[in-house]
Amino acid sequence: MIIELPLLILLVVTAGGAIMVKDLISAVFILGSYSFVLALVWALLGAVDVAFVEAVVGAGLATVFFLLTLFGTTEKDTHIRRPPVPWSVILGLPVLGLLLLYGAGDLPAFGDIASAASIYISPEYLENSVEQTRTPNVVTAVLMDYRSFDTFIETIVIFTAGIACALILRKGGS
Amino acid sequence: MFELLETLIQRPNFVVFVILFLWGIYIMSAHPNLVKKLIGLYIVQTSVIFFLVAFSAKDGATVPIILADSGLVDPMLYANPLPHALTVTAIVVQIATLGVSLALVSAIYRKFGSLDEDEILEQLK
Repeated sequence: MIIELPLLILLVVTAGGAIMVKDLISAVFILGSYSFVLALVWALLGAVDVAFVEAVVGAGLATVFFLLTLFGTTEKDTHIRRPPVPWSVILGLPVLGLLLLYGAGDLPAFGDIASAASIYISPEYLENSVEQTRTPNVVTAVLMDYRSFDTFIETIVIFTAGIACALILRKGGS
Repeated sequence: MFELLETLIQRPNFVVFVILFLWGIYIMSAHPNLVKKLIGLYIVQTSVIFFLVAFSAKDGATVPIILADSGLVDPMLYANPLPHALTVTAIVVQIATLGVSLALVSAIYRKFGSLDEDEILEQLK
């Protein structure tokens, strides 16, 4: 908890930097550092698999995608005069934020052992997965054994996205 | 009012989630640059995943990798693995959608010569 709070503040600061910086290349690199801080927070919460994926895919691959796009296009945010923000945004977002904060009391406290998510279903996976799948890592057991069809269909999603990118970017395409 | 502040101090992850989520949505709807809109989209997606992963934490628990080869496993010693399994999938799908939208942005730039929403709308008129 003591180590986590500075990391959370750093998370908000890097996100704000990525949003506010005018130069788009700098914004993309700050976004990469945001992903890396996020991976650190997740590793601290005990979610090492998610932290690995975020550090490789979020901080690495997403930054490369953004940079490839920027090298093919323009690097500066050329807009000087900001257009007026629509009224629905100015009114809607604070209301949404207040509703979210008002609903926070119904959520379990952070790190609560007796929360609903911790006592329902998930103990059965933790207790039985070594016996049933012979895999010490429970996340791998869920992804590759209990829910392997979901993972298989997810690769179809990636494949479809790759085909879509190739069709959009092909030379001479309209 | 005081109770609300106390509940929020107990849930710092949720406060950070609300800040990132609203800021990302604001940038997506208010900023004219298309790449900045995608940066806002990325922050919204990661904040929602952050919200889900924060549920998996338990006080005094470690990573969900079972140490003992035999015998009874105490579930309270390991973090909840189900949000991790869900969010690993979600991160990869997020990168897939981000790649397609970046390809669309560069296709738009090739046709209109600008990343600015207002200039593109002027040319479309």
